[in-house]
Amino acid sequence: MKILIFLALFVTYIIYSVVVYTRGTENNLAFSQTEWEQINHGKLLFQQYNCTACHQLYGLGGYLGPELTTAYSDVHRGESYIKAFLKNGGIRMPNFHFSEEDIKALISYLKYVDAAAITYKKDQLQ
Amino acid sequence: MKKNGYHIFSYAASNKAAKAFLLLALSYLLIGLLFGVLGGMQYILPDFLKDRLSFQKTRPLHVYLVISWIFTAAQAGIYYYLPVVSKRSIYWPNGIWLHFAMQCINSLIIITGFFAGYFGGREYLEFPPLLGAFIFLSWIPFAINFFATLKPNYKTAPVYVWMWSTGILFFFITLSESYLWLFDFFRNNIVRDITVQWKALGSMVGSWNMLVYGTGIYIMEQMSGNEKTARSPLSFFFYFLGLTNLMFNWGHHTYIVPAAPWVKTVAYSISMTELLLFGYIIIQWKKTLTVARKNYHELPYRFLSFADIWIFLNLALAIIISVPAWNSFTHGTHVTVAHAMGATIGINTMLLMASVFFIMKKENAFAFQQHKKWISRGSYITNISLLLFWSSLLASGIIKISGIQHNETFYYIMQKSQPYFQMFAYSGVFIFLGLGILIVTSYKIAARKRHPDPVIVSNPIAVSTATIIDING
Repeated sequence: MKILIFLALFVTYIIYSVVVYTRGTENNLAFSQTEWEQINHGKLLFQQYNCTACHQLYGLGGYLGPELTTAYSDVHRGESYIKAFLKNGGIRMPNFHFSEEDIKALISYLKYVDAAAITYKKDQLQ
Repeated sequence: MKKNGYHIFSYAASNKAAKAFLLLALSYLLIGLLFGVLGGMQYILPDFLKDRLSFQKTRPLHVYLVISWIFTAAQAGIYYYLPVVSKRSIYWPNGIWLHFAMQCINSLIIITGFFAGYFGGREYLEFPPLLGAFIFLSWIPFAINFFATLKPNYKTAPVYVWMWSTGILFFFITLSESYLWLFDFFRNNIVRDITVQWKALGSMVGSWNMLVYGTGIYIMEQMSGNEKTARSPLSFFFYFLGLTNLMFNWGHHTYIVPAAPWVKTVAYSISMTELLLFGYIIIQWKKTLTVARKNYHELPYRFLSFADIWIFLNLALAIIISVPAWNSFTHGTHVTVAHAMGATIGINTMLLMASVFFIMKKENAFAFQQHKKWISRGSYITNISLLLFWSSLLASGIIKISGIQHNETFYYIMQKSQPYFQMFAYSGVFIFLGLGILIVTSYKIAARKRHPDPVIVSNPIAVSTATIIDING
């Protein structure tokens, strides 16, 4: 009986995993080829500099810095605000001496994350 | 080997290796706490080590080392208990040392990499794929020794054997799953990428919990001398509920991820249940423990009791942050950190410390007795400081919630939270002190010449120096 329950749960888990990853996660965002290249470069930089240690995307990451999921469209923050921090660092954020190209790539990545954050924005409005 | 009604086996070799794992685990904890304290200080002293060892480095070092403490201490316990549970010598003694060597090499590479500024850039055990593969390989000798020594018969096996087996199996599954981002299908879609991280890592935490809770239930059985608890239908009900949580409740962290909405409903329905039942089992277990046994196992018993308190506190918090309407407020605040700290220090570390001192007492009852006062002091300092730490995290979380509601800037919210950050950083220092006392005391006991346990009780495991276990006795 115990073995049967385990197997039933395990099979459900496998089916569930496949469904979770393939249903409701489609990406319908339209970006040009050049924009996608910048986004991917930005994502790589975000990981290389371990930005997630201090910042969160969709709740994943540290809390020393602000959550960045909707930083791009936030009326109090936006592109110039992000750019200023990327250029100079902040009280707690070191200056990573990013090049102009890196800054553009990181902003493109945050713009993409922001565009995908439909549920997050809906949640904030409520 | 069975001879004249006796199971004859040796556990001297595996015990030595298990002790090495235990000392490695305690070292992970000590260094991990040190980086935790440094990271905490960076909340109140923004310039502190900002350019040399910024939070970008202290956080992953702290997280990696503390996670390593949890699974290494659980593995140490399993290596130690395995021959007694199976009544067999360990299947592959050199495999334990191979596991040990691989883990040390891995840790050295990871720690050096973090110091040098090489990061995976993702959460928890997220490293470049080669390192991930090496972590996977390092667990293989552990899995071989576990399954080949125990040869578990799952029809009759106690619940902790099920939990340990599940923990090992799901560690392999979830570690592999966390590398799905290597495929374009996941890497090129932020929603899938984030879902992989939350799902795989959420379930991976469940796999360590299985190892830790299994260890907790095993020592409860040994302390009470009552084998029924670990074989009761209630324990198995709890186990299956825990397994369901491991598989499906990770979604309560992802209410804001734009994945399919039903995932959140499933997660919410399931996440309400697990810890309450565990608390119930501990209460039931306490009822079966005699006063004499409580006194004999006084310190491990105290750690289990502390874990019990933290289960209830964390359960209350888990319920609050899992309710979707409340999750939108608590998400992204230190309320979530309080939940994580309550679980890792309050529950897991207390259960593992019970296991550490249970083993230390078996190994050297004389030295254990001599250091009893310090263990007691360490346990109180840790838990009182943790309560302050936990409360300050909750308070700073509440300030952030209020700040967000009033459209305050992040800088202003951080300024308003300063008194609580100070409380959190200083109580963190005291947690370091309390756990540091426990760690140093463990080192001291382990370094002393071995003295056999003078108390022989009816339960076979209490005969710590025996190499013969009487199955008829």
